[in-house]
Amino acid sequence: MATAISTGDNATPRRGKIADFVRRNPTIVVGGTLMSLIALAALFAPLIAGDPLSFQPINRLKGPSAEFLLGTDSLGRDVFARMVYGARISLLVGLSVAAISIVAGLFVGLTAGYFPRLDTFVMRLMDGIMAIPAILLAIALVSLMGASVRVVIIAISIPEIPRVTRLVRSVVLSVRELPYVDAARSNGTRAFKILRRHILPSTIPPLIVQATYVSASAILTEAGLSFLGAGTPPEFPTWGNMIAQSRLYLSIAPWTIFAPGICLALVVLAVNLLGDGLRDHLDPRLARRM
Amino acid sequence: MSARQDTPVLQVDGLVKHFPVYRGVLRRVAGHVKAVDGVSFAVRAGETLCLVGESGCGKSTVGRTILRLFEPTGGRIVLDGVDLTELSDAQMREHRRRIQMVFQDPYASLNPRLTAGDIVGEPLENYEDLRGEAKRDKVAALLERVGLRAEAMVKYPFEFSGGQRQRLGIARALALNPAVIVADEPVSALDVSVQAQVLNLMMDLQEEFNLAYLFISHDLGVVEHIGHRIAVMYLGRIVELADKDTIFTTPLHPYAEALIAAAPIPDPRSKRDQLVIEGDVPSPMNPPPGCHFHTRCPFAVERCRRDEPPLREVAPGHFVACHLREPGAAPIALTRTA
Repeated sequence: MATAISTGDNATPRRGKIADFVRRNPTIVVGGTLMSLIALAALFAPLIAGDPLSFQPINRLKGPSAEFLLGTDSLGRDVFARMVYGARISLLVGLSVAAISIVAGLFVGLTAGYFPRLDTFVMRLMDGIMAIPAILLAIALVSLMGASVRVVIIAISIPEIPRVTRLVRSVVLSVRELPYVDAARSNGTRAFKILRRHILPSTIPPLIVQATYVSASAILTEAGLSFLGAGTPPEFPTWGNMIAQSRLYLSIAPWTIFAPGICLALVVLAVNLLGDGLRDHLDPRLARRM
Repeated sequence: MSARQDTPVLQVDGLVKHFPVYRGVLRRVAGHVKAVDGVSFAVRAGETLCLVGESGCGKSTVGRTILRLFEPTGGRIVLDGVDLTELSDAQMREHRRRIQMVFQDPYASLNPRLTAGDIVGEPLENYEDLRGEAKRDKVAALLERVGLRAEAMVKYPFEFSGGQRQRLGIARALALNPAVIVADEPVSALDVSVQAQVLNLMMDLQEEFNLAYLFISHDLGVVEHIGHRIAVMYLGRIVELADKDTIFTTPLHPYAEALIAAAPIPDPRSKRDQLVIEGDVPSPMNPPPGCHFHTRCPFAVERCRRDEPPLREVAPGHFVACHLREPGAAPIALTRTA
């Protein structure tokens, strides 16, 4: 087997490289492909689906047909269109929460890890934030500031920050002790430059992995909030409120609940696969699988 | 050698570095590791002072504390007449260009993500407003001075051998034109054949720039090659300090004598009549009272267990911390047992 592979590599080096990558990182490829498909669908939603908001009571709870690929819901809205548009909200929330919590966590983590005097205070503060459940914070913020996607994103981001902070801090604590950081200090490099040049690059690979897990959990939390009616306003199509509105008709119109449910499961699976694959690929301590 | 002057560029007085040890859930301070416990010496321009001793005796801590990579617990570090221990971090930064360090591990001391040019150019960026061509030229000159090709500046550390990497480390230390270089076991990670090249390079640079070296090592062969004066450390204190020749021919402290005698002699027929020291080094968390060495010293008397012997000048330039070598003490023959 091994000889066959190596001769194949020599014969077609370029194709061999891609095949090699696929063979070594099946999870990245599967997760990445799935994610790209969903992202493309969300991006080009107006091209592939009809209006998710228009309702035709005459067509309520119709099964899948040529006109409505996945049937209609209790108000006669196109389930397929709502499902495709729902991906927009889910991906927007996943991406935004990951971006906000990574940027904030990176800043706090670098500070806490590199400046021992701030460490204890900042980390206890983070422990405090960590104790707040995302769902409860979101419900409180939504009732305070009104329901909108922006409020939901902020509410989910805040409790994620401590997790990112801890990860960054742990990397900083170990890299800070390396002789090349001592060398930088002893030749007069200022703290900010040491952080940016010598420490920050080591935090990037674990952060990429962490970002995928954060966005998966954010997507689930957003769906949970929408299901409870505490998230995005109900007229917006989201997978969470689709499931909530459809649960009453589960026995007569199961397509209305399965479509968003399966989408949610697929997205979270894809993101997690991508994250696992990237972790194996980026972490040099895990032996490369042949 | 003629360049050696009498005024020291670096003077260390009673340097103390204790590391707190935390225990228990509340992380209470349970004690201190007394890594450096009152160390004094001076280094003159153009001179190499070697700090020798077994692992854990505190010699590396001395070097790192002098650069304030560790904050000193006590004592004074005087560089060019300025006490470094009294400076704020910002003030210290201004003085860092006068004292630089070469690290032990040529692999971990170079950031693997930076090119050789970035690594050697970093100190220049920090202090001098050199840009573009001017900076490139300076880096190229530094690389060539340490025996590397100027084209090597675009390479990454993994593309160099251990000896070449240590040359990069030396070029980086040299970049700011320092007065003192602290070299913490700079050749112990290298092959013996490469060690001599790097040592000779360091000696050439010393001659050229009138550098003062604080050279930390456990290898007496290396020390004999590069050192002018030698300080022997044991458990956080200097027990003997003298010219290289004096230390190697007539060591006065029992520990120094045993250390010198333990150095391998490259002659299979040479008879090894040596003072053998038994037992282990006591814990630096709980060093013995009096002379730190009394627990293993074959000549220890009651007084050694009680009083700490001061580092006393017994002959011009020859300092020993041993009660038995006190002027006026009964001459005890600490001769090597035949």
